[in-house]
Amino acid sequence: MATIEMTPSSTNVNTRTPGKSRPSVTELEKIATRLRLEALTMIHAAQSGHPGTSLSCMDILVALWFAHMRHDVTQPDWVDRDRFVLSKGHGAPALYAVLMEGGYIPWEEKLTLRQIHSNLQGHPASRYVKGVDVSTGSLGQGLSCAVGMALGHRLDNRDARVFALLGDGESQEGNIWEAVMSAAHHKVSRLTAIVDRNHLQIDGDTEKVKALGEMAPKFSAFGWNTLEIVGHDYTEILNALDQADKLAETTDRPTVIIANTVKGKGVSFMENKAQWHGVAPNDDEFAQAKAELEARL
Amino acid sequence: MTHTNVLTTLDYLENPTKKALRKQFGEVLAELGETMESLVVLDADLSCSTQTKMFADKFPERFFNQGIAEMDLVNTAAGLATTGKVPVLSTFALFASGKAWEAVRNTVCYSDLNVKIMPTHSGISLGEDGASHQSIEDIALMRVIPNMTVLVPSDAVETDRMVRWAIQEHVGPCYVRLVRTNWPVIHDESYQWTPGKIEVMRDGSDITLAATGEPVYHALLAAERLQKDHGISAEVLNISSIKPFDEETLVKSAQKTGRVITVESHQVLAGLGGAVCEVLSEHHPTPVKRLGTQDRFGQSGTQGPLFKEYGIDWEAIVNTAKNW
Repeated sequence: MATIEMTPSSTNVNTRTPGKSRPSVTELEKIATRLRLEALTMIHAAQSGHPGTSLSCMDILVALWFAHMRHDVTQPDWVDRDRFVLSKGHGAPALYAVLMEGGYIPWEEKLTLRQIHSNLQGHPASRYVKGVDVSTGSLGQGLSCAVGMALGHRLDNRDARVFALLGDGESQEGNIWEAVMSAAHHKVSRLTAIVDRNHLQIDGDTEKVKALGEMAPKFSAFGWNTLEIVGHDYTEILNALDQADKLAETTDRPTVIIANTVKGKGVSFMENKAQWHGVAPNDDEFAQAKAELEARL
Repeated sequence: MTHTNVLTTLDYLENPTKKALRKQFGEVLAELGETMESLVVLDADLSCSTQTKMFADKFPERFFNQGIAEMDLVNTAAGLATTGKVPVLSTFALFASGKAWEAVRNTVCYSDLNVKIMPTHSGISLGEDGASHQSIEDIALMRVIPNMTVLVPSDAVETDRMVRWAIQEHVGPCYVRLVRTNWPVIHDESYQWTPGKIEVMRDGSDITLAATGEPVYHALLAAERLQKDHGISAEVLNISSIKPFDEETLVKSAQKTGRVITVESHQVLAGLGGAVCEVLSEHHPTPVKRLGTQDRFGQSGTQGPLFKEYGIDWEAIVNTAKNW
């Protein structure tokens, strides 16, 4: 498989640069810390949004967009680009920060999140944002869309890969498991689902609201390859994504990566707190979060 | 006066040629598949009923059976559309429009994707399976979604024109409401369907019969009986494009006749009856009587007795018109 890696540059980290090596783990961690702050800045300005999930999924997004996926901001509709579906659409601020870093959205739009006439809708909308192929937000729907994309690529003999980021709470939706069955049945091996397993949903601990239990064996029982990692460890994330590429060649099964994460990761008082699912920080809280993140830059 | 491309003589209408709309649909898909590489078809374990099997047998690599999973059916079609495919999905109308409504709304229509939803077995005429399978709300559910186009063919010929247009010319979400029945053909082969327009099938001066789907045939039959038996001149409108809605042609007819009867195999609430009242009340307030399911569920039975029970056959139309 001819995967073209990308290297960040000072002006545009997203330019496709064949032959160059991946950014280092340290570089990726710096980008993620900076983008965590950008996502929180948006949510603070809007006084609305979902900080917990934006922080828990940021490392996965940064690894995908800046060290793994094949895409090119100078041709956002490039037919051979890898596709990404944010099935857990409430992670929009994290995705917008990544797309700004990648040059898909101008940084000037940052403070318009969730405001009237903004491209930065509360949940990603394909009509407003390049890099978003299908609108999400209503949970459970993105994995089926990703399966459809993989089927389309296969019909056209394209080797483009499809990545879908799912929430663990989202996986209580029946449509997720309909898609899990379809993906295995249609043998779309170039599809990789990543579950942001942060163990929290709006009403609390996922295991108390409606237990998901061990997720990997569930996917395995449906005929998927499964990998389980720490979703904040870049070495583990990138190894798992590489492993998924290999599995796409050696098996006819889709692959799921269960990424164990911490909701609110990177901001001490938000970590592992369900109440930070959908509440914006006030000025004092934002100042503290900003200080914590900037200390790591 | 009757328009030339319409098979509307009383003799013909009382003994018409019939063809199933879904069969026509299946034939068109299988034909278009030969020249249109981008055409893909999805079904949810009903390909024998919906007739998508005709396409599946010829192009198995471009047919996807999603099993009994309608949300998955719609969202997978949406994903295929983002890669440049033209997906046509089918199942029973109740499941495409009802069970999968939110996928149609949030994924297909909000993303404005080129997905063609063409379910069969709409309305009460699917018959024996009863109310659990009879979609009497799908026109309402689909026309209320932004970006959606909603079409309801009256016979196999119109189905042919409409399915071709929706797949080959129209870009964006489109719902084409098909039925199970073997149904009278009321257009000849020279018929040219005009997108977005009401078809005036018969000119009249005393009353307007505005129908959609199978009841258009009953409206034509009723118009002939009204003329012959009661001296009432009825204008017959085939409203096959529910959305966009041809306000101009409806208003023009209402201005001429001053009375409108709507007929549909669907709830009168928010369906054709609702749409006609919305338009007329805004542009030319006109007395309207709405025939359709009167806010009650369907039931098991065969098509004929069901249309009689729910008051959408030609006799119900004649009685409503002559007693008005």
